[in-house]
Amino acid sequence: MGNEGLLNFIVSFLATDLRCATPILIAALGLVFIERSGVVNIGVEGTMLIGSLLGVVGSYMFGSVWWGVLTAVAATALIGALFAYFTVTLGADQVVTGTAINILGMGVTTTLNRLIFGLDKSIPPIDTFKVISIPVLSKIPVLGSVLFQQMLPVYVAFLLVPVAHVVLFRTPFGLTVRSVGEHPKAADTVGINVWKIRYATVIGGSCLAGLAGCYLSLGVLSFFIENMVAGRGFIALAAVIFGKYTPLGALLAALLFGAGEALQYRFQALGSGIPYQFMLMIPYVLTVAVLAGFVGKSTPPASSGVPYTKE
Amino acid sequence: MSTVLEMKNITKKFPGVLANDNVCFSADSGEVHALLGENGAGKTTLMNILYGLYQPTSGEIYLKGRKVEITSPKVAIENGIGMVHQHFMLIPALSVVENVILGMRQRRGAFLAIDEAAAKVKDLSARYGLAVDPHRKVGDLSVGERQRVEIVKALYRGADLLILDEPTAVLTPQETDELFGVIRHLTAQGHTVIFISHKLNEVKAISDRVTVLRQGRAVTTVKTSRVSKEELARFMVGKEVLFDIEREPLEPGAPVLRLDQIEADNDLGLRALKNVSLEIRQREVLGIAGVDGNGQRELVEVICGLRKASRGTVWLGDIDVTNASPRRITELGTAHIPEDRQARGLVLTMTLKENLVLHDYYRPPFSRGHFLNWKEIRDHSRRLIREFDVRTPHEDLLAKNLSGGNQQKLILARELSSQPQLLVAMHPTRGLDVGAIEYVHRKIMEQRARGAAVLLVSTDLDEILSLSDRIAVIYEGEIMGILANHQVDIGEIGLMMAGVKKTAVA
Repeated sequence: MGNEGLLNFIVSFLATDLRCATPILIAALGLVFIERSGVVNIGVEGTMLIGSLLGVVGSYMFGSVWWGVLTAVAATALIGALFAYFTVTLGADQVVTGTAINILGMGVTTTLNRLIFGLDKSIPPIDTFKVISIPVLSKIPVLGSVLFQQMLPVYVAFLLVPVAHVVLFRTPFGLTVRSVGEHPKAADTVGINVWKIRYATVIGGSCLAGLAGCYLSLGVLSFFIENMVAGRGFIALAAVIFGKYTPLGALLAALLFGAGEALQYRFQALGSGIPYQFMLMIPYVLTVAVLAGFVGKSTPPASSGVPYTKE
Repeated sequence: MSTVLEMKNITKKFPGVLANDNVCFSADSGEVHALLGENGAGKTTLMNILYGLYQPTSGEIYLKGRKVEITSPKVAIENGIGMVHQHFMLIPALSVVENVILGMRQRRGAFLAIDEAAAKVKDLSARYGLAVDPHRKVGDLSVGERQRVEIVKALYRGADLLILDEPTAVLTPQETDELFGVIRHLTAQGHTVIFISHKLNEVKAISDRVTVLRQGRAVTTVKTSRVSKEELARFMVGKEVLFDIEREPLEPGAPVLRLDQIEADNDLGLRALKNVSLEIRQREVLGIAGVDGNGQRELVEVICGLRKASRGTVWLGDIDVTNASPRRITELGTAHIPEDRQARGLVLTMTLKENLVLHDYYRPPFSRGHFLNWKEIRDHSRRLIREFDVRTPHEDLLAKNLSGGNQQKLILARELSSQPQLLVAMHPTRGLDVGAIEYVHRKIMEQRARGAAVLLVSTDLDEILSLSDRIAVIYEGEIMGILANHQVDIGEIGLMMAGVKKTAVA
């Protein structure tokens, strides 16, 4: 491989990394807010899956990718509200409820997919995200094609990072979210409605999970397949922990886990003779390895996972 | 002085409990009004109602003559009421100023106005003598500093009526003096302070008037200068209490427990005990004084075999029990009254008789071979319940259904019935009412008279002083000095509790 070949390899690897990191990052940013408010939502996997299917359904029925996004986000907002009702209002166990959401997501998407699109019909053409080249910037040598020739959700994901950071650390709302996750009773005694804040983060975060899901089905692929989220929701949870519950940390973690996935594609393309199943394992093994080496170094909010009840 | 607050005929019912029964309470501007009563008398409930955390079952609240409905803390804050809770409502992960402005519309554009708020915090600190650095993380502050943050937080919200719930419980004597200075500053500038306490000395020292609550009812409201401590105590408990426990002079015997240069880590892996050496002999009570969290828990756990010592030796008589198992240490004659009777002393969801044989269930006569001997366990339980006056209908009740005082009696019954040679008691009277406290104190003195060595850990200095023959002060895991009770000077103990070492060790 010459110099130019290596450069091409790196460029295309980085571009793949950004695309792979995007769904993880979007979901992780939502989870940062959910977790910071003291709620553990492992139902994000199922929520993303519902977003994936409903994105395709919306686009298919109303004929535009934007309707797809809207349908997905509306559906996942409802899922978020359901999760919040059980865990915040009723004080149900968050891990159990999250697991239920995951099972629900799997079952609902499989059934609806077969009902709407059937089993053996060929995949209908739907409107999907298009690559948007940013004028001028996309012409920058090397980096331009990596950073500025992507689909809209990729730009949105990366722009959301500084926004989320500022909201969390520089606005009254962010302070409220952090206080509710650390010491809800203290927040209550200064007049903050703990339940309202948790509803807000759970519903908002679920919408982002929905967006992440429909990027998979309307961006990476152009259709829905069963269980297509394939653990990315759990990887997003890992990214939040590895990123120490901050948006910037989640960005770095998402890029790392995205690189694992990108590497997997590269290795498969190289045709090394190793069975591809082992290649598929790379992102997951990477997640486990990173988290295992990281346990105890990331402190969750003090009231993480604890329902708030008055007396 | 004008009346700023009137609470009229406040009644608060919880399921099965009448926490406040037709209580009337008022406060004048610029006064310190103490709310005195035993634990469970209803003081905090009454103030939680005033602060909007509870809604009264019936009754009315008037502020400056105007009737108000305080439906939430937000409404209380809007009406100029601030409350410093016994357990601070601060978020350790946030800075002082973030804690102060939490929940307020303190913004510049869409963002938090941190700098303006910090400047205002500095102003308030200077005005009321409340030294705090607005940019430090609350988690890094001492307990006294955190309390000042709480007061600043209330003042920042414009509180002119300030409720302090048991504010001295966590303070050293010096910090208490500083707090009293702050309270005087506040009242001098027209603020009203409601001071909740069950400590007579402090109520006498700081308050202008005092209202005594007993079993949810307001017994009396009097000018503090017109009543004696003894009269206040009588109002509190409804009967004469013995103030000074009888501690007959006894000649200590052979050493029972000896700690030699013990070091140990806490749960976070930080050094919690540093080079601790001490000795307790028969017929002797050694009191460990100190502010909570200075290594007391780790000390007790090392002695009882619940925590590994990383260095040093623990001797029980002439047996080395360093890092021995709790069962071996128990079998060698150690009794342990743990700090938290509900979490560590009892299995709440098991019956009284099961709790009473937790140490001995595996031995005859309570078990034969692999089977429990229920008849023997029942008889034994009935005997102990009678002997230790545990108020219960029968021995098959679940431990969680006993009152706090009776739970503690149950633990005493289990621990003392084996006639231990060493008794390790940690906060043995925390949260108990005066009657139960007296009972526990008497039992500890009985053990001493019988010949046991007693290690008493308490943050209540009065308790330490009245029971101990010698007093060791612990600070950040180090013994700052050991004093014989007769040569104790409270000021000196206070300094030692704050980390000043005593040069000559008794």
